[in-house]
Amino acid sequence: MKQSPKNVSEEMADVEVMIGKILRIGVIISASIMIVGIVLLILTGKSGYPGDTYPTNFSQIGQGLIQFKPFAIMMLGIFCLILTPVLRVVVSIYSFYKEHDRMYVIITTAVLIILAVCLIVGIRA
Amino acid sequence: MITYALTMIAIGVFAGLAGAVLGLGGGIILTPILTLLMGVDIKYAIGASIIAVIATSSGATIAYLQNQILNLRVAMFLEIATTLGALSGALLTGVLDPKYLYILFGLLLLFSAYNMIRKLRRNEGVLNRAHPDALASKFKLNSTYFDKAAMKQIDYQVENIPGGFAMMYGAGIASGLLGIGSGAFKVTAMDTIMKMPLKPSTSTSNLMMGVTAAASATVYFFNGSIKPQIAVPLALGILVGATLGSRLMQHLSARFIRLIFIPVLAYIGLEMFVKGIRL
Repeated sequence: MKQSPKNVSEEMADVEVMIGKILRIGVIISASIMIVGIVLLILTGKSGYPGDTYPTNFSQIGQGLIQFKPFAIMMLGIFCLILTPVLRVVVSIYSFYKEHDRMYVIITTAVLIILAVCLIVGIRA
Repeated sequence: MITYALTMIAIGVFAGLAGAVLGLGGGIILTPILTLLMGVDIKYAIGASIIAVIATSSGATIAYLQNQILNLRVAMFLEIATTLGALSGALLTGVLDPKYLYILFGLLLLFSAYNMIRKLRRNEGVLNRAHPDALASKFKLNSTYFDKAAMKQIDYQVENIPGGFAMMYGAGIASGLLGIGSGAFKVTAMDTIMKMPLKPSTSTSNLMMGVTAAASATVYFFNGSIKPQIAVPLALGILVGATLGSRLMQHLSARFIRLIFIPVLAYIGLEMFVKGIRL
């Protein structure tokens, strides 16, 4: 019997399972960081920052992390969570490439580029 | 502190559950709960909602991907329209009057709620034409999924790609300009316009929401709208709720999901319409 090429839905099944695994690891990592932060906050009762303030940029978060401040750890967890959908787009590009689906490599790369432009426009605004 | 955190986690579980089943981000439910019930400032409520959208999306899709209900090609294809829409929305701020947008999008949602009621009455089946839509074939958008409630493999086709694409562009503008999650529009575009079955529509909407929200979330993150003590317990609750919700959703009948979806859609539509009138 002639070997028939995999149909589209079977190919997609492989891609989706792979993406699912990577995405799951990403979600578990960000959730774990958030859990460590909030448990530490509840146990110590201190956020590590005066009053109602919290770190909002990388250098503040980085310094807070070295000192093991609960709010810094929590913000890092949130930032990792924000990255999980972006991670999904990146992994999708790779898996479409593995499938030799050029059209969808282009489409998904376009999505990533537009996302990046949105980000730049958003930060400037 | 611990009571506050536990309350937020509980709210999150509820929002994640509902969001994952219906394909909505939950911002429309969360913002009023946070501002009215928990006394959170609107600025931080919006920041928390955007994180909620991402948590719902990521929580729901890790379960969906394993079970292969969502349609990744449809998601990425339509994501071009949504992200371009969001970009236009951000650029058009101050040019377009939000008043008319709220009225327009409100009416659009009310109209699609009406369409869904008709669909419910007619008990419409899955689209399976002898000659599939040319664009749907070209972009490989037709697919298949296993329905655990009906216990069978369902092959489906989609149609009216330009219509769905236009609606997604509108959804993007709405989220970029009005700062609202647009799950309701996304589900409508796929289910009502493109005739994709409801379950793949809600799960594909969930995946897309997260991608769109990620772009705006970074902006909120760096401008200080995201308070860790609110967003973290909420996100943790939502991750749990959304994972459960996406598993639960597979065992619910599409008809049942539609029955809960219609009043929610009508509510969101009405709220947007009233907001537009008042502006």
